[in-house]
Amino acid sequence: MSYLSEGYSLRSWLTTHDHKRIGVLYMVAITAFFFLGGAAAALMRLELATPAGDVVSAETYNKLFTIHGVIMVWFFLIPSIPSVLGNFLVPLMIGARDMAFPRLNLASWYIYVLGGLFTVAALVAGGVDTGWTFYTPYSTTFSDTNVILVIVGVFVTGFSSILTGLNIVVTVHKLRAPGLTWFRLPLFVWANYATSLILLLATPVLAMTLALVALERLFHIGIFDPALGGDPLLFQHLFWFYSHPAVYIMVLPAMGVASEIIPCFARRPVFGYRFMAYAILGIASLGFLVWGHHMFVSGQSMYAGIVFSMLSFLVAIPSAIKVFNWTATLYKGSIVFGAPMLYALGFVGLFTIGGLTGLFLASLALDVHLTDTYFVIAHFHYIMVGGSVMAYLGGIHFWWPKICGRMYPEMLGRIAALTIFFGFNLTFFPQYLLGWLGMPRRYHEYPPEFQLLNLFSSAGAAVLAVGYFLPLAYLGWSLFFGKTASSNPWQATGLEWQTASPPPQHNFEQEPSVERGPYQYSVRSNEYGSQVR
Amino acid sequence: MAQPAVSGTAQWLLAAASDIAARVDVLFFSLLALTGAVAIAIFVLMIVFSVRYRAGSRVDRSNPPTNVRWLELGWTFTPLAIFLGIFVWAAVVYARFYTPAPDAMAIFIVGKQWMWKAEHANGRREIDELHLPAGQPVRLILSTEDVIHSFFVPAFRIKQDAVPGRYTSISFTPTREGEYWLHCAEYCGTDHARMGGRVVVMAPAAFAQWLERGNSNPSLAARGFELFRRNGCSGCHAAGSSVHAPDLAGVYGRVVHLADGRSVVADEGYLRDSILLPKRDVVAGYQPIMPSFQGQLDEGELAALISFLKENK
Amino acid sequence: MSTAARSDNALFGMWAFLATEVLFFGPLFFGYVHARLAQPDAFVSGSHHMHIVLGTLNTAILMTSSLTMALAVGAARKGGPPGRWLGLTALFGLVFLGIKAAEWVMEFGEAAGAAGGEARFYFLYYAMTGLHAVHLVIGLGVVAWLWRHAKRFDAAYHTPVEAGGLYWHFVDVVWLFLYPMFYLLERYSA
Repeated sequence: MSYLSEGYSLRSWLTTHDHKRIGVLYMVAITAFFFLGGAAAALMRLELATPAGDVVSAETYNKLFTIHGVIMVWFFLIPSIPSVLGNFLVPLMIGARDMAFPRLNLASWYIYVLGGLFTVAALVAGGVDTGWTFYTPYSTTFSDTNVILVIVGVFVTGFSSILTGLNIVVTVHKLRAPGLTWFRLPLFVWANYATSLILLLATPVLAMTLALVALERLFHIGIFDPALGGDPLLFQHLFWFYSHPAVYIMVLPAMGVASEIIPCFARRPVFGYRFMAYAILGIASLGFLVWGHHMFVSGQSMYAGIVFSMLSFLVAIPSAIKVFNWTATLYKGSIVFGAPMLYALGFVGLFTIGGLTGLFLASLALDVHLTDTYFVIAHFHYIMVGGSVMAYLGGIHFWWPKICGRMYPEMLGRIAALTIFFGFNLTFFPQYLLGWLGMPRRYHEYPPEFQLLNLFSSAGAAVLAVGYFLPLAYLGWSLFFGKTASSNPWQATGLEWQTASPPPQHNFEQEPSVERGPYQYSVRSNEYGSQVR
Repeated sequence: MAQPAVSGTAQWLLAAASDIAARVDVLFFSLLALTGAVAIAIFVLMIVFSVRYRAGSRVDRSNPPTNVRWLELGWTFTPLAIFLGIFVWAAVVYARFYTPAPDAMAIFIVGKQWMWKAEHANGRREIDELHLPAGQPVRLILSTEDVIHSFFVPAFRIKQDAVPGRYTSISFTPTREGEYWLHCAEYCGTDHARMGGRVVVMAPAAFAQWLERGNSNPSLAARGFELFRRNGCSGCHAAGSSVHAPDLAGVYGRVVHLADGRSVVADEGYLRDSILLPKRDVVAGYQPIMPSFQGQLDEGELAALISFLKENK
Repeated sequence: MSTAARSDNALFGMWAFLATEVLFFGPLFFGYVHARLAQPDAFVSGSHHMHIVLGTLNTAILMTSSLTMALAVGAARKGGPPGRWLGLTALFGLVFLGIKAAEWVMEFGEAAGAAGGEARFYFLYYAMTGLHAVHLVIGLGVVAWLWRHAKRFDAAYHTPVEAGGLYWHFVDVVWLFLYPMFYLLERYSA
């Protein structure tokens, strides 16, 4: 009896304590938000196809890019892998029956939905035009849109992040099966663990910072508004202290997914497991020290800029190590190019480009020219969309049989992966050029000489949209008509594959006892060795 | 919005019209070559491995390595060394943006929703345009009347936020005559995308003519002197005043010792704060009795007063 | 899962949660440091307007409540009923809130008329002691719940009392920072 057949009513889903069902609840919710945020992006790219601002008004465009950022960052990217795949898989991967605090887990989903409702309410009430970064004093004093409503939405959803992080941290520390030492953990668990540390420690800072913006807006106190004696740079320091680690919340789990898929489809252990684990921890800790690189031209002192630049170069090192290790994992493998592997390899390539362009932005003199241009937009979309979204989709495909007991149609899966890869590059590569040539961001009209590149980008967005609708369609189809999956269709080595697809509610018939490290793949006879006896 | 007379064909190479632009470009293209090479190397390896080691191919797969200590340490410390080199190079160039030449021409730029105002020392004003002489070092002193804006001239490779409540500044020397885009690069509300114009770099002689022609305003310093008297500043700060107030002759650039023990250089920011927030940095030996002029002086008047004080030796 | 293991997990979870609380208060502490460095005189002046007797009294009261809370946890560990100590803890907490509310009312006039650095001092005062009070109210709710269910706890199982104790002590520790920050600035100089 699988966890899915424990109850078919809506009520059984809405009152569940089962981490697997909660992961599915999150999956449904974030998918809805993804397409809402994507719709905003589609309108933006439609506007940007021509230099004149003729599709939507300036006010509307400003509201579109704001809601696109707010939704994609807080309602899609941050919860995507930890709250969907992390919730579903972490207990399974460590041989536990559930998370440490199942009821808190369900509460976190409800809190997420509540925050989402406030944000949608703000949208319906006319939107917000401050940008997802809420810079002051525009957001505290000058904008006349629904700032406080959106802030409430993000504030509430922040607690969902904190509770998810708390659950994962305690679960990984305390609920590992006998014999599962830290250095026998799959890298997906390491990645979600480190991400959860960031979720715990960074999110409260955002909550308080946004609360202060709301208080300033309501009571005109003078924290961030210089007209009242406040300091706009104080806001920026507080905001980026969270928002830079936030980008590592968005990318570390994606790295964890890649580290599960690549060894499986290359049929060999990951290269440099220990360095990979240390790199994850290194990225998480160094990520807290670099926030000032968003402020090189903000009026912050030149000396602060120098310190933050150096630290930003340091944080690039562990990411580079990971890319080298994934590449080395292909060496002497026996590689099968299933859809998950296409997504994972696409992730590595696009993350590499995004990460390398980060070096340009970390370079002080170059950042003066490139910051606040389309170069930055291209950089972070390469990492967050080319990176995190591709990894998320790869993970969804890889673990789809485990989640619902069905296989997705493989050919369509590959076509979608390639469509997304092509559409993504067509959309975002031209934006590097636009940024270098001087097109600022958050512009709905632009100098006419930028039209050709913008046209390419908008065309790419259309392809990308098709690419994203494909999995929505065939994954939905596969729920009813897909081939039934065995417990381990990929012949993978993780503990989650040692139980049925989908798993029973309590995950394992018998608590596993772990004897070996992860990724016991062997190319010789396409065999694999399990971690358990 | 004033548009530069930029040629109609797509410009695949951005004009380099300042001294610092040339240095930025060398760094940019060097880093592009380096990162391009690394990216290509990684992609080639990925493709070669993917093809060579695809399932079913007959190649030697014995003893796949799971760690090679020297290689892992090598590809940790080699990038580290390279990155630190790039960091130092970029930091050195960056420092030049904030190190004005001693003879730099100061121009006050004020941003407001949604236009740029510039005032030259002789009083000539511009809106959404900035005329500059080629070969003359320039120091832009930026402020804003409302929200954060950012003064961005791609051809110069310069960008600096204008932050309310303070001055920020950036220095460079325009080197090539021509007309270049000016954009606001920090989102500032509805017409952020329309807040821009052009920067016109002229030959020095032509610029001098342009500066005089069509200017009926008094110079900034002259206006500042007028304001200094009209707002009562001279009442306390003049030599014969009965009020004990610091003597402001030659104050600009001087080291000032404050009541709380700190020493600061009296730059534009210090002078601005002294006028608007006099209780913040009280000079040692004086009482905090100076009234604040917050709300009574706009950015243009502040610029005039400060220009006067700079020349008041 | 054994009761002992579940108890371990819950306490670990409480420690993790308290870490997030430190970072939740963090921006306010950072804002305080930032504002005070910019306008130290305004902060000293604001501090001299605080009611030091009431503030010191409140500090003693809250510290005593931590003592009674610790005694409650001790009693629960030994199997005895913690109810008496929990009740005292709640009482002290209520008295603290009462005195705090009185102070807020008394200071409001001064605060409303303040400008510049003093305005920021008063904002931070109300924001930080207010946020602290919110946490104290939540703590009172927790203590009240524990008091009502005191019969459930014995030497073998009293995790909620331990976890509640951790939370209460955290709230106390925050106050131990707020007290000198707002009440004791340059009180010693002539």
